[in-house]
Amino acid sequence: MMKNEHTLADPFNEKVEKDLLAHLTSNRRKGRIFVFVLIAIILVGLFAYYRQLRYGLIVTAMRDYTSWGVYIANFVFLVAISLVGSLFSSILKLSKATWSTPLTRISEIIAIAAIMCASIIIIVDMGRPDRFFNVLIHGRIQSPIIWDVIIITTYLTISLLLLYISLIPDLAICRDKVKNVAKWKRWVYKVFSINWHGTPEQYKILHKISFTLSVMVIPVAFAIHTVTSWLFSTTWRPGWDSTNLGPYFVSGALMAGAAVIIVAMYFIRIALNLKEYLNDKLFDHMGKLLVMLSLVYLYFNINEYLGPAFKMVGVEGEHIIELFFGKYAGMYWMVQIFGLILPIVVMIFKWGRRPLPMLVLSFMILLGAWFKRFLIVIPSLQHPYLPIQDVDESYRHYIPTWEEWAITCASFAAVLLIITFLIRLFPVIPIWELKEEKESNSKPNQK
Amino acid sequence: MKKRKIKQSRRKFFAKTITAAAGAIGGIGLTAHSCKSKSEEHEKVTLLSQDGKLVQVDKAAITPASPAEARKGIPGKHFVMVVDLSRCRNARKCIKACDHHHQLTPDRPYIKVLRMQDNPASSPYWMPKKCFHCDNPPCVKVCPVGATFKRTDGLVLIDNHRCIGCRFCMAACPYSARVFNWGKPKPQKTNHPYSPETSIPSQIGTVEKCDFCPDMLRQNKVPHCISACPNGALYFGDQNSDSVTNGSETVRLSTLLRDKAGYRYLEELGTQPNVYYLPPANRLFPFKDAPEGQSS
Repeated sequence: MMKNEHTLADPFNEKVEKDLLAHLTSNRRKGRIFVFVLIAIILVGLFAYYRQLRYGLIVTAMRDYTSWGVYIANFVFLVAISLVGSLFSSILKLSKATWSTPLTRISEIIAIAAIMCASIIIIVDMGRPDRFFNVLIHGRIQSPIIWDVIIITTYLTISLLLLYISLIPDLAICRDKVKNVAKWKRWVYKVFSINWHGTPEQYKILHKISFTLSVMVIPVAFAIHTVTSWLFSTTWRPGWDSTNLGPYFVSGALMAGAAVIIVAMYFIRIALNLKEYLNDKLFDHMGKLLVMLSLVYLYFNINEYLGPAFKMVGVEGEHIIELFFGKYAGMYWMVQIFGLILPIVVMIFKWGRRPLPMLVLSFMILLGAWFKRFLIVIPSLQHPYLPIQDVDESYRHYIPTWEEWAITCASFAAVLLIITFLIRLFPVIPIWELKEEKESNSKPNQK
Repeated sequence: MKKRKIKQSRRKFFAKTITAAAGAIGGIGLTAHSCKSKSEEHEKVTLLSQDGKLVQVDKAAITPASPAEARKGIPGKHFVMVVDLSRCRNARKCIKACDHHHQLTPDRPYIKVLRMQDNPASSPYWMPKKCFHCDNPPCVKVCPVGATFKRTDGLVLIDNHRCIGCRFCMAACPYSARVFNWGKPKPQKTNHPYSPETSIPSQIGTVEKCDFCPDMLRQNKVPHCISACPNGALYFGDQNSDSVTNGSETVRLSTLLRDKAGYRYLEELGTQPNVYYLPPANRLFPFKDAPEGQSS
């Protein structure tokens, strides 16, 4: 067997391993409380879902006109978040932006957690979840919902593979170095590192696979959010009936994804004591990236509203008035100003790209992104072609019930729980990639 | 030229499916009941058989079409409705008859009578609205499981045993024709198993809508709303035989639409509805707003 060059004693390597493996063996009280709180939120959500299963969707505020509500808005949001995986482990990687290497695994973990919860939320929205398998038995390929089912499963599969493939060398390190953990964890490290010894052939295969996957994931990632936008743009609803919706959704998703990464970076570097790796310079890079993505989104946003607002045709015009001056105006302008314009302006300046301001701005962007999905889904449904008459007063408004909020919060808690679990189990920053980068930097003849 | 070709091929397609359907299933929804109740034993009803003949059958021998049988249309037919807006005065008898027949609660009717006003200068009018049973139905196109389907006789029906409750069809329908069972439906009385042709019994978490009463059509009768209208505003019939009736008079469909400038609501969407409207001109009744609380 060939000698593994990466395990050679080297002060840099030793330090990296020590720092990045440290959290796998620690078990702090704060972390336990965090998990306990998450589980409590999920339990409340489960109780709300039990009520929904028992009494039907009547426990929600959805009725015949507003027939989709926060579940669908939240689904779109979670799908948007999941796009971040492809941004880091593919787009930035392929464009050789080496500064983003420490973020690839975090982004993959977030992507997987978000896409899993998105698929759960879409089942929660179903009136008959007991008939879920009708989708397989009677599935019609002509329906955009089936396209979404196919693309979500494909994206989840590729994302899992991307995460796993890049984990293998680190799992081998864990297998060799991390001894003081539960038996099942050691078993995981041993089995899933599939006899990795870091031979050049193994690395060659690894690079080949991860390159192929990172190329493959780009069209799938674009498709996942474009297909989600088609759930809306294949209908005649005002605000949905738009050819702009695909790129509009994708650009918004990339912005929200970058914001999620910043929030994750901030808390991970405190919780796991990784300030050296997730450093201020990385925040600066992320800030620049976020400004660029936000500007693209701003462009599509203007493009989305200007045409209809200029023409003011029928229900489309009613919809625009509702958003700009009507009952959703407060939410609409808050989202546009605090969730988009203000963050762009602040992050253009260097002082705005320090960790704390970035954390606050990213939270604002995420909140804005969630409510933006609310504004995309709900007001459109309240402006049908035929007037809403002869119905109970409750059919005219949509104010989500506690059950809907509880389930929505539970979905966020579940995303965080999956992320926490995976972070505790695996090195959150790819050790072998850092080492490789160091090596290629130290070799003068490279490049 | 092109249009005519398409029409011809569609007709051929219908003819083919009809023969295939008639060959494949014997009963077209008229399966014999083995146990007959004594009181109903000698009561006869007239039915339309698959080869287009009227036959007399024991009433007790009829059960509504099963979900599989209900997917095939009544051979040779293409049903249409015509609503004469000049005759509607918001009597709401159609809604009542429909609610009664489909055992609906008044808060979620299949039929709505909407107060419409096309522009500020013209007078408002009442517009009875059901499902338009489009020939290019957006709801059928988006359904992920084929729970809502288009039949050869033009009807768009729902199989609530297959519906998964995703409500994509409700988002897709530009006419807001669909209602959803958000909670447990009120218990409904029926001796028969569920059929998409009767839409009874309703099921929690599934979608419903106006079905043009195919169980009545099987008996060569018109839907309940048609016969309930006191003003003869609603016509129903078969496009293929070019005749429609409002219960008291039977007229040629083509003549009616030509002479009274019949139109279809939101023609520009390309959904090709099977419900035509006659403009509210030369009205039978002056427009009177609904009393408080009836429509808002």
